[in-house]
Amino acid sequence: MSTVRVPPVLRAAVGGVRELSVPGSTVSEVLEALYSAHPEVRSQLVSDDGELHRFVNIYVNDEDVRLQEWLDTPVGESDTLLILPAMAGGASAAR
Amino acid sequence: MAQTYQDLLAAARAEIPEVQVADLADRLSGDNAPPVLIDVREQSEWDEGHIPGAVHVPRGYLESRVAGVATPDQPIVLVCAGGFRSLLAARNVREMGYEHVESLAGGFTRWKQSGHDYVVPQTLTPQQRARYSRHTLIPEVGEEGQLKLLGAKALLIGAGGLGSPAAYYLAAAGVGTIGLVDDDVVDASNLQRQIIHTTDRVGMLKAESAKIAIEALNPDVKVNVHATRINRDNVLDIIADYDVIVDGADNFPTRYLLADASLMTRTPLVHASILRFEGHASVFIPYEGPCYRCLFPEPPPPDLAPSCGEAGVLGVLCGVMGNIQANEAIKVILGIGDTLSGRLLVYDALGMSFTELKVRRDPNCPGCGPDAQLEFRDYDAWCAGIGRHPEAVHA
Repeated sequence: MSTVRVPPVLRAAVGGVRELSVPGSTVSEVLEALYSAHPEVRSQLVSDDGELHRFVNIYVNDEDVRLQEWLDTPVGESDTLLILPAMAGGASAAR
Repeated sequence: MAQTYQDLLAAARAEIPEVQVADLADRLSGDNAPPVLIDVREQSEWDEGHIPGAVHVPRGYLESRVAGVATPDQPIVLVCAGGFRSLLAARNVREMGYEHVESLAGGFTRWKQSGHDYVVPQTLTPQQRARYSRHTLIPEVGEEGQLKLLGAKALLIGAGGLGSPAAYYLAAAGVGTIGLVDDDVVDASNLQRQIIHTTDRVGMLKAESAKIAIEALNPDVKVNVHATRINRDNVLDIIADYDVIVDGADNFPTRYLLADASLMTRTPLVHASILRFEGHASVFIPYEGPCYRCLFPEPPPPDLAPSCGEAGVLGVLCGVMGNIQANEAIKVILGIGDTLSGRLLVYDALGMSFTELKVRRDPNCPGCGPDAQLEFRDYDAWCAGIGRHPEAVHA
């Protein structure tokens, strides 16, 4: 089982945890396993045409999977898959 | 019988060759290796001007420091103001085994009167030497680095959660000009994290409030207040004067606007963003490292991009991330160390872990790629998801 790190914006969809153990030997297998356990995650990461949104980055360990084999990038037992959407937060309160 | 000063000088003259100004000038500009020129005057005299290429070792430290600037076989010329202190000092250096030591006849005064070039070093004032002594002790900073900081101009976007600690530390560090862009006013709910503001300044413009705090901390810093929301009409004018941009914005339209403007003006952008217990930080050096859009080509839709006003943020997290920005801005200004260029630092304050992700230049980057059409757009509409696909609306 690899470790999936969940960003703050998705934590509500996975029951509030920061990390999950998820089976799968490629990025797409891990994500599918994540979606079947937590269906709400799919709607936030995947567009209507079934593609991962461009504003979501996925890293296996510290490398962006877009620069590797994308969804076919292998994920080992001790690897960490990190989901990273951009964050805006900074100066002041919401406008 | 006691010797007079004249006796001492005469004895030194018998031992130490004196070099004339014209000869020294020839030797310094000639093809042969020039002598090691050591100026033995006091700090205040050195500060008023010295011969180009000279090293400064005050006479009181000469014996203990000469080995650091010359070897015994090298020709050495000692310089003082009139040629007497250098003559006497040369005897000790010669006694230490430095055989080829000479003294400049007439000293720096005659050099200057003869019309030769001299340099007046930019120096710290005595007050600045005291204030920044813990910086100047660090070899990577030193007096030269501190002067660089004092001459540098940093623009902070937002005088809020990130901008407060960043501005405070940049000001303390002596960054000579700090621009603050913020059109908001201090609210009581800001004070949990925006430490540059105070309870009695609630209701004041944040940029003005921050200016008061900075000026009270460090009178060396000039603060430029830009009490406006940065937009595509004013961004180039505002950032034109600055060496580095510290992005502490709270919204995607401003972040993408800054990313584009940073590329257009080739101004380094020090990035951080925060939410709840999580912080991101990186440095984007235009066309040298990746840019913000290599990392995030498109903003998320508003429902996946909650602001701190909606989702909350730990106050201390702002301090950690804002200070990382100050740290990186100082390194960018000084040109030292390894910045976060090419790396995204992800800080989880709850788990207390720092994770580094690699960020690479995207050859197809819509911002800095070779085919990028860099022009301002309607960032508010774009970030709201309007006209996102296939191509953004240019307005």
